[in-house]
Amino acid sequence: MSARAAGSAVETARADAGLAIRLEGVSLGYGRQAVLEDLHLDIAPGEVLVIVGPSGSGKSTVLRAIAGLLAPRAGRVLAEGVPVTGPSPDRAMVFQDDALLPWRTVRRNVELPLRIRGVPRRERGTAAASWIARVGLAGCEDRLPRELSGGMRQRVQLARSLAGAPRAVLMDEPFGALDAQTRAGMQRLLLDVLRDTLATVVFVTHDVDEALLLADRVVVLGQGGGQGGGYGGIGCVLRVPDPRTPDIDRAGLRARIIEEL
Amino acid sequence: MSTPALDAALAPNAPAAASADAAAATGRTRTAAGLRRWAVRLGSLAVVVALWQWLTTADARLGLRFDRLPSPAEVATEFGRQLGTRIYYLDLAQSMIRILTGFALAAVAGIALGVLVARSRWIGDLLLPPVEVVRPIPAIALVPIAILVFPTDEQGIVFITFAAAFFPIMVSTRHAVRALPTLWEDAVRTMGGGRAHVLWNVVLPGTLPGVFGGLSVGMGVAWICVISAEMISGEFGVGYRTWHAYTVVDYPAVLVGMASIGVLGWVTSASIELLGRRLTRWLPRGEGTAR
Repeated sequence: MSARAAGSAVETARADAGLAIRLEGVSLGYGRQAVLEDLHLDIAPGEVLVIVGPSGSGKSTVLRAIAGLLAPRAGRVLAEGVPVTGPSPDRAMVFQDDALLPWRTVRRNVELPLRIRGVPRRERGTAAASWIARVGLAGCEDRLPRELSGGMRQRVQLARSLAGAPRAVLMDEPFGALDAQTRAGMQRLLLDVLRDTLATVVFVTHDVDEALLLADRVVVLGQGGGQGGGYGGIGCVLRVPDPRTPDIDRAGLRARIIEEL
Repeated sequence: MSTPALDAALAPNAPAAASADAAAATGRTRTAAGLRRWAVRLGSLAVVVALWQWLTTADARLGLRFDRLPSPAEVATEFGRQLGTRIYYLDLAQSMIRILTGFALAAVAGIALGVLVARSRWIGDLLLPPVEVVRPIPAIALVPIAILVFPTDEQGIVFITFAAAFFPIMVSTRHAVRALPTLWEDAVRTMGGGRAHVLWNVVLPGTLPGVFGGLSVGMGVAWICVISAEMISGEFGVGYRTWHAYTVVDYPAVLVGMASIGVLGWVTSASIELLGRRLTRWLPRGEGTAR
């Protein structure tokens, strides 16, 4: 277990400590179409769990279920032992792209979760300003999303999701639409930001290198439904030794994940 | 003619951070081009008026009989005379009060109902059938009913205006709400936002572009109907005055009435358009492509 996760385990009494998430026999799907059957997964408080899988394997579907946006067809999703029945500000979500409200400026987008929670105006402003600076966008507070590049928009989304001080951050391929260079920068920023937070992170990606860079543990999802009526499920769960440490050769683990995919 | 005029009026302060420098550099040529375009527009208008003057004073009969049509000069004289009377302004005010009351009621009711029926299947099933039955009836065909049901003519005319503007606004709102991407709603819900937050922070701002389409169309048909209703049952108003002039065969006054209606309609539509642009500045439209 990483130092970060172990540290948070000691401090579970803190209100901003990471959320323990558990999936018990969860089946997910849209309409009559099942995507995933009988998932079991325990996510420890404060850990960074990365879900990898080919497109159509239902990675995002799992995330939507944890967020409370999609009700399971069977089984239960538990957050801190309590069944999830709907979205909660405890579980913030970062979407792939275009999830900023285009009519709100950067500042007003970042302030939104605080406003919804009823934080007074002045505190909202201070918290938003510090998060905007944290993601390197100081000076862009009054711009509209359409005046920002894709990478800058994702920075704003990151600031917006963290401004509400969530206990879990669910990230749905947040860097999937970015070019390689911007993506590397965003990954560095994320690592930097995560160092200071105790929140549990569930990160979905199809990029194995990104998974190995960020994860305490990697969950590989098998090929999902569709042909043959076979359902997807958890292929394997792999622990990453010395997580988020640069210059460690992870070729073996990488090969293992690619084999599972 | 209204739209290009507005474009030109808005062009200098159209905001676009990225192209601001470029705009400054080409500012001078733009002004020159703008002046040329204005000259063409005014010239076009002047040619039409000159043609009208010539046809009427020459008593032209080219299949169409222009000999009995008042000339621009006669209309201008009549217009000048009316501008000095109190009744002219009373009529304008009366028509404006009617249309603004009816239109405001229609905007509130149309947006509210459009959102409700698009967001709730149950309310849709409950309210849409009667609405859909009444919708194809032209508002002006409701005049006999309005005369029967409403205690005063005034209320009847406002009702007709309301009925005319209501349907385009309601239908546009409904479509705009249905076409709204679910992503924004999901985002607000994962921040802990409830129905009211989603409505206020996502549905209302997100549907504004579509809603303003409905408001523009609504304002247009509202004018058609308020004028028609005034012609049928009013005692004041531009429509009543124009029809009255016709019954006493005072054609210059008829044309003054028509021109007044045109100007009022243009001012109200342009106001809606301007307000719509101000409120939807966030839309991804380039400076040059502003419609």
